[in-house]
Amino acid sequence: MLLSPKTEQKIVQAFLYFFTSIAVLVLLFILVVILKNGLPQLSLEFLTKNPADMGREGGILSTIVATIFLTFIALLVATPLGVGTAIYLTEYTIESRLTRIIRFGAECLAGIPSIIFGLFGFILFVNKLKFGWSILSGGLTLAFMVLPTIIRTSEEAIKSVPQAYRLVSFSLGSTRWQAITRVVLPSAVPGIVTGIILSIGRSIGETAAVIFTAGSALRMPSSLFSSSRTMAVHFYILAKEGVSMPKAYGTAAVLVIAILIINIMTYYLMEKYIKRKS
Amino acid sequence: MTKLDKNDRLIRISLLVVAFSAVSVLAVITIFIFEQGTPIMFKYGLKSFLFGQDWYPSEKSFGLLPMIVGSLMVTFGALIIGVPLGLASAIFLTEFSHRRLTRFLKPVIELLAGIPSVVYGFIGLMFLVPFIRENFGGPGLSVLAASIILGIMILPTVISIAIDSIRAVPDSYREGSIALGATKWQTVRMVVLPAARSGIVAGIILGMGRAIGETMAVIMVAGNAADIPGSILQPVRTLTSNIALEMGYASGEHREALFATGVILFIIIMILNTIANLTSARQKKR
Amino acid sequence: MKEIAIQVRNFSHYYGSHQSLKNLNFDVYRHEILGIIGPAKSGKSTFLACLNRLNDLLPGSRVEGQILVDGQDIYGPEVDVVALRRKIGMVFATPVPLPMSIYENVVYGVRLLGKNNRKELDQIVEDSLEKAGLWNEVKDRLQTSALKLSGGQQQRLCIARILALKPEYILLDEPTSGLDPISTMKIEDSLRMLKKDYTIILVTNNTKQAARVADRTAFFLMGELVEIDDTRVIFTRPSDKRTEGYLEGKFG
Repeated sequence: MLLSPKTEQKIVQAFLYFFTSIAVLVLLFILVVILKNGLPQLSLEFLTKNPADMGREGGILSTIVATIFLTFIALLVATPLGVGTAIYLTEYTIESRLTRIIRFGAECLAGIPSIIFGLFGFILFVNKLKFGWSILSGGLTLAFMVLPTIIRTSEEAIKSVPQAYRLVSFSLGSTRWQAITRVVLPSAVPGIVTGIILSIGRSIGETAAVIFTAGSALRMPSSLFSSSRTMAVHFYILAKEGVSMPKAYGTAAVLVIAILIINIMTYYLMEKYIKRKS
Repeated sequence: MTKLDKNDRLIRISLLVVAFSAVSVLAVITIFIFEQGTPIMFKYGLKSFLFGQDWYPSEKSFGLLPMIVGSLMVTFGALIIGVPLGLASAIFLTEFSHRRLTRFLKPVIELLAGIPSVVYGFIGLMFLVPFIRENFGGPGLSVLAASIILGIMILPTVISIAIDSIRAVPDSYREGSIALGATKWQTVRMVVLPAARSGIVAGIILGMGRAIGETMAVIMVAGNAADIPGSILQPVRTLTSNIALEMGYASGEHREALFATGVILFIIIMILNTIANLTSARQKKR
Repeated sequence: MKEIAIQVRNFSHYYGSHQSLKNLNFDVYRHEILGIIGPAKSGKSTFLACLNRLNDLLPGSRVEGQILVDGQDIYGPEVDVVALRRKIGMVFATPVPLPMSIYENVVYGVRLLGKNNRKELDQIVEDSLEKAGLWNEVKDRLQTSALKLSGGQQQRLCIARILALKPEYILLDEPTSGLDPISTMKIEDSLRMLKKDYTIILVTNNTKQAARVADRTAFFLMGELVEIDDTRVIFTRPSDKRTEGYLEGKFG
């Protein structure tokens, strides 16, 4: 069958249009279903009461608190490590075998499935270091998981700071460290923050790495060492074990809205950043 | 002077130590997983682990073949669904759609990459599984359901990486081709896609890594029977699900066998990572 | 007899295997403006970078010979590079205001020393901007971003930023190359004023600028010092044919 190039182009275009519509519609469908079924479940009570009767009754307060604690610990550990690595790679060394090893390590770490992080955290933090199923074990496991994201985004942000700023700073008598802390890092902040926000999103939604390290106890966490259930884990258990579909939808809606806000913030920051650079 | 020099050296050394955090974490993870997982593999023989068909931990029978086959099946299925949809969308959004539509849709698609995997699994469980059960038969929890859900999950990854690498092709290539009288589609097919090929391949491999490593969404829709499925409508268990399903109560050799599952998963992922790294490095070089 | 401030002795500089400065020997007098002219890539900017050791930051950079500033070899083992850079200020070809307020730009170097007394800083800002001829234009908006100033204002801000450190030497690397004639004139005026208190080395692509402001002028060609003399002598009866050729526009 021979088609004229023009007809062929029209057919292909229609075909691509159709495929794109499917992809976009399917993705939007997920969003719409969660929000449509979940939003009616949301109320002040849902957000401010602890779960009761294994999650059949009450709200999700303790899981929100656990999620926040876990995410906080993860970033508290991962941010200095990630930004420090990025500073070393961009400011303190030239491209060499060493930097390639460091970058390769970060890229490999980024590809490791979360369940492997879960296994690792379980053996190291829960068992060997005897932190037990706890906020601390879960937070540290998540820290390692988001580390590559923070390294990569920080490195890009620092690299995009004009070289002339460093030169000027040196010529005015600054040490390397003063140039970094007073000029380079302040200019790179929006990019670094973007990486941190992305990591927050990943930590909030993570299940596999958390369920074996933070546990799934349904109570308000009282210390770093208390076992606790995050929103994502709570949602998984409600849905998988069919505890309560309305509560599952409600929890999913809170999760999805949190992720939406985080992503929109990231997007907004990046746009602002790009505009400022040009 | 000497004090400043000392400070600088101190900072440099501390940063070097910090910079090794990612490499050290990777090393420690590798060591722990292998330390926990390999002894039992050698105790019962590598062959019985890799090719044994029976997974009965209580009877000390640790055949992982059903799970290896399961992981490969759902990953392959995810690619069949995710790659054509993803590539078509990327080509459409970069070459054929209005700029304004692309500016709106690209962030929306990237946003969907951030939706937690459990949410995808849940949607699959609520809508896709009953749909398959009623229209195609079988239990619904199946290879097909897992493949479709994973295919959708890797869409954002495939689309955004493909868009980036198609955009990286210089406009002069397109102009040259159009100037020679080619239509837009001919230009895309003969000039743009070949030039963007290694970036697109790297994106597909990353998507593949995401599919093979995904756990919770798969557990929710795959049915999780530890047998090699006879058809795509039958339940399946992947390597990741095998770990997640039994880790909660396993002990002794059973737990070690789950770590052995982790070892196999780890090796598969590392191979994929290395391929992806090499492919994207090749594009950068060009 | 004029007092000698900088002595350059058998000084050479290399980038890897390429020799960019070839066995330079000359003196710089205190409180003069020394103009350095020459075609592109003749080593003028490299020489400035060597003077405040910014060349240290480039990989593969190496020097031979000596540069004595106030009698001290700046490549000697005891040298405090950071203090040296404060003593020898540098103005770059493109004005580079740091992404902060006008005020913070001026006190950037001072703050590095740990000085944070508000009154003291205010005084430094006013003095430095005054000397750089910028005070009247910006005194009402010191807290606005320095990036909002015009190119000429930015370059004068860069000069003020150096003056705040109370240096003894000011190096300028084609400071007016991107500016309009009026901004250029303002900067040249400032330089003539600054001569009283500072020793100035001005690298310029614009030979007329050297003729206008420099007391003495040096001509560099392919990393060599061809000749150095009173500006009037260089421009009216140079002793080397190559200088004459360059000034007549035969090359460069």
